[in-house]
Formats: sequence, structure tokens, C-alpha cells
Amino acid sequence: MAPSIEARQLTKRFGSFVALDHLDLAVEGAVCVGFLGPNGAGKTTTLKMFTDLIFPTEGEAFINGISVQRDRKRALASCGDLIETPEIYPSLSPNEALEMSGALRGMRPEEIRDRTRVVLDEVKMTEWADKKVGKFSKGMKQRINIAASLLSDPDVVILDEPSTGLDPRGMAEVRDIIRGLKKERRLIFMSSHILSEVVDVCDRVALLNHGKLLFSDTLANVALRFDGGVRSVEAEFARPVDDPVVSGQIASLPGVSGWSRVDASRITLSLKADGDSRAELLERLAALKLGLVSFRESRSALEEVYLREISTGEGG
Amino acid sequence: MSAPTATMPAAPTAGDGTLGVVPGTFQQAMILSRYQLRDYLRSRRFVLMMSIVAVVGGLLTGLIAYFRPAGVIGSATDMYGTLWGTSASGLILFAGIIFGGDAIAGEFQNKTGYFLMGLPIRRATVYAGKYTAAVAAAVVSTAVYLAIIVGNAVYYLGPGAFSDGSALLESFGLAVLYLLALVGFVFLFSSLFKTSLYAVLVVAVLFLFGFSIIQDLVVGLIHIEPWFLLSYVANTSNSVINYPFVGVPAHVSHSPLLGTTYAPGYAEAIEIMVGYLFATALGGLALFEREEFS
Repeated sequence: MAPSIEARQLTKRFGSFVALDHLDLAVEGAVCVGFLGPNGAGKTTTLKMFTDLIFPTEGEAFINGISVQRDRKRALASCGDLIETPEIYPSLSPNEALEMSGALRGMRPEEIRDRTRVVLDEVKMTEWADKKVGKFSKGMKQRINIAASLLSDPDVVILDEPSTGLDPRGMAEVRDIIRGLKKERRLIFMSSHILSEVVDVCDRVALLNHGKLLFSDTLANVALRFDGGVRSVEAEFARPVDDPVVSGQIASLPGVSGWSRVDASRITLSLKADGDSRAELLERLAALKLGLVSFRESRSALEEVYLREISTGEGG
Repeated sequence: MSAPTATMPAAPTAGDGTLGVVPGTFQQAMILSRYQLRDYLRSRRFVLMMSIVAVVGGLLTGLIAYFRPAGVIGSATDMYGTLWGTSASGLILFAGIIFGGDAIAGEFQNKTGYFLMGLPIRRATVYAGKYTAAVAAAVVSTAVYLAIIVGNAVYYLGPGAFSDGSALLESFGLAVLYLLALVGFVFLFSSLFKTSLYAVLVVAVLFLFGFSIIQDLVVGLIHIEPWFLLSYVANTSNSVINYPFVGVPAHVSHSPLLGTTYAPGYAEAIEIMVGYLFATALGGLALFEREEFS
């Protein structure tokens, strides 16, 4: 059976505040879904209801077809999760914490030993395996938490901002881990507000704002969604470019709909274009011989769609 | 406008499945209690508790060795009655608060619950596992204190130390029962608050001051037996050694000087403690089941 998660009319109210408003979302199969939204959008609230840390006001969450609210033990049996940055009993070592986690999941001692070795190696914590967790930094604890969530080789993995607290190297390593998980054909549902991370590792995205699902689609379709809109590129020159030059020579190039200045030698060009005409624009810019040294999208398609959808939701 | 419904199509999977078959509730509770107890035994609070036991036990041993009071070392009953009977309930109160005070509240406050509750385990199992570990840690420290006292008795009385061993065993049994009820009580407050300090303070104030004031008022003004107070029956582990005549049927005495005093009979004390154990366990569990990690 393909791994799946599903939210049916999932709603959470805290008093009069609606944190999540009748969320309907179903994901099935080996796929990595980025769950996006600004702070307070309801991402963590959703994930907490998927792991029974909080209870829905209405609706239900299902993992592999089993209701988390009705049978948390069975529902979470095939799910590894990481919500916020959990603390582990401080006097336990990573080996012991994972041993406890594995034992509670019903893994055999030899399975626990083998998998502990694998997952600690994966999160680069092998040399700390017998040290007390209480002395670890937040980033180290987060690595152990990621290891714990993968210990039982679950087919559904729920991650709430997994790179929180990690240094840039740690963040890159987490992305590698998630990519590795994808190869093992699991369903990964992760919240993040690091769009580059989502673009890097996810196949699909779901965008939430003010507790409402704005859209849910593949990354490829997000780019299509964006096609009718305005994309921007940033061009950097080796020397300052004057306004008359920009308005006279650059802004009049085909496909350019507007421009703004970043600094003396960098400008942002708004354009209605697809990939091919961007290539054309690059060639034309280079032909102007203004000393073009860099030409790149100032925002990814996801970022553009994210900002547009969020600002639409805000009434902007 | 309602939120859009999103269904993402199935993709093929070839995973080899999740490892492990989740154990039953009892087995999970035992696994959890084993690791929780390990955490307790390595914790500063355990060092604190054992330090208190060592200091009190050491002081008693030293004072007896120096003064050799006949009223204490004259018989096993005197020795156990003085050294164990009068101090057991106080020690248990301290141990119960130290090991149980933050057991549930700490899961929220320290965020350890996020690690635990993401696992396929029922909240009732977590509650039972943590309760068992807290009781076990408190029993360990209480047993060490008892061992110091028995050691003293053997030193001064030789084989005679065991002449009244049954009363000591009964006393220890009642002390453990009191501990079970007390930890249940502490867990109830630990479930009520998400901050450990509040739970610890409320229980400490209730047992050190609140209940004794209520007991005095109930006895002095209303003239009824304060059977509903756990602290009232706590002293049974003392009276079973020092006042073995107390018990059913008569457990009320009248004195022109002191007025009416009550002492619970053993059966009554056991009933009250078991009642507290179940009532507080159910109440605490009901609270924990509804508490959110928000």
C-alpha cells in the first residue's frame, strides 16, 4: 500500500482565533511535500494534529488511512516525526534515547543496534553516540531528533522545519538526508519557510496562510502558475550604469516590462518571459557591452508565487 | 469561501516497510519506566535525595553512637519506632515531590513530551510508565534510608534486630502504599500545571501546611474524623510500630487536656490510601489526556 496522509476538514480554534480552517489535503505515494506559509499560518498546528500533540476542534487527520485521533498508536506506528525541537531526557545518550525509541516501537534489539548505527552516521553524530544529550547544542539535539524520526525506517516522515537550529553545513546535511529519504521512496511531509530548501528537496508544495490552504501543487505546476505573472532578474555590471542608459538601452529590450535599481551597478528587471526569452535577453544585455558580470533570477518561481499568493490573501 | 481541497496523485512506492511491531500497553509502560528510572537515577535530584538520606542517616548514626540513648537502642521496636516510624512519612513526602513533581509538567515545560508523544504510544501508557519510574526512584531512596536504620539496629542489637521485623515490614508496606498514593496526588497536580514549579509548590504547601491546618480545623471545630485527608493516614507507618494498639475498632481518644484525637485504623488507612491512589491516578490521567502540546 502506498504511504499516505490526509487531513479531512481539519480545523483548530484557540478561543476565537482560527489557527486552521477546514483543511482538506491528501497526499499519497513516495513524494516530498513542502508545507509552506508565513509564521502563524497554521503549519505547525497542522503537523501537531497529525502527531496528536494537539487535538482538532473539527475534522480528522489520517496516516496510512488510520485516524490519528481515533487510534494514535496504530496511526503513528509507521510514521517518524519531528515537531519543533524536542528535548531528550538529558542524562540519556543518543544510543540510549534511540534504544528507548526503538523499543517503544517494538523493534528487535539487533534492529535497534543496526539502525542506530545507520541513522547516527546519517546525521553525523556517531562520535557522540555515548555522550549525554544534556550537554549537546540545539543543533546536535536536532540531529539526534532527526535520527530518532528515521530509526524505524518509517514510510511516512513528518518534519516541522527540520533545519531549525542548524548551522549552514547542518542545513545542507539535512537536505542531503531528505534527498536520501526520497530515494528510499517514502512520503515526506515537511514544513519550512526556507523556500530554497523546499525547491531543493520537495516535489510538491502546499501553501497555507491564515489557516487556509491557498494551493497545493507540484513544483512544476507552480512554475506554470507563475508564467502569466511577472518574473524578475537581477543584472550586475562591472561598473556603474547610469539611469539614462538603463531606461534608454536596457528597459527598451524585448520582454522587459520595468526596472528598479538595487545599487549603482545592479538593477532588477521585471519581465514577462519564459526561459527562452530570458536567454535571449541575456544575449542582448551582453551585446550592449556594459560590463555584464551576472544575470540571475532575483526570485524563484516558487518565491514569486508564494509572495503573490500571500499578498493576495492579505488583501494586498 | 471554503479552503480548496487538494488531492495529490499516488506515486509508486517500493519501501521495505516500517520496522517493529508496536508492543502492548503494559510492555510499553515497563520500557518507558526503565529509561525514565535510568534518567532519574542519573539526575541531580537523585543525588540531592540520596544526599539528604545520607546526611539524615549519618547524623542519626553519629548521634546514637555518641549518646547511646537507652530509649532508642534498648529494643528493636524502640529503634525502628524512633528512627524509622517518626521520619518515614516526611522522607516519603520529600521523595514523592522530588521525583513526581515535574514528571508530567516537565514533559510540557522541558519539551521532552515532543520526543515521547510523537511515538506510537498512548498517553495513558506514558502516564503509567512515568508513575512507575517515579515510585521506583522514591522507593530506592526510602529503602536506602531503611537499610541505614536496619544496619544500626543490627550493630547494636545483633540478631535481636529482627525480633520485631514484622512490624517494620508492615510499616514499610504502609509507607510504600502511602508513597503510591502520594505520587498519584503529585502526578495529579503535575498534570494540572504545565510548569513544574507550580506543581511542586502546591503539593509541598498542601502537605506541609494546608492539610494540617484543615485537619486541626476539622477536628477542633467540626469534631469529625478527618478521614478524607491523605496526610491523616500517612502516620500509620509510624503507629504500626509505636502504637500497635491503634486500630480497629477504637481509634478515637478523648483527653481533657488535648481534646479529641483521632488515629486511623490500618484497614481504614489502607482503604483511604488506595482510594487516593485510584482517584488521583484517574484524575491526573484525565487531565493529561486532554492537555495539548501547544
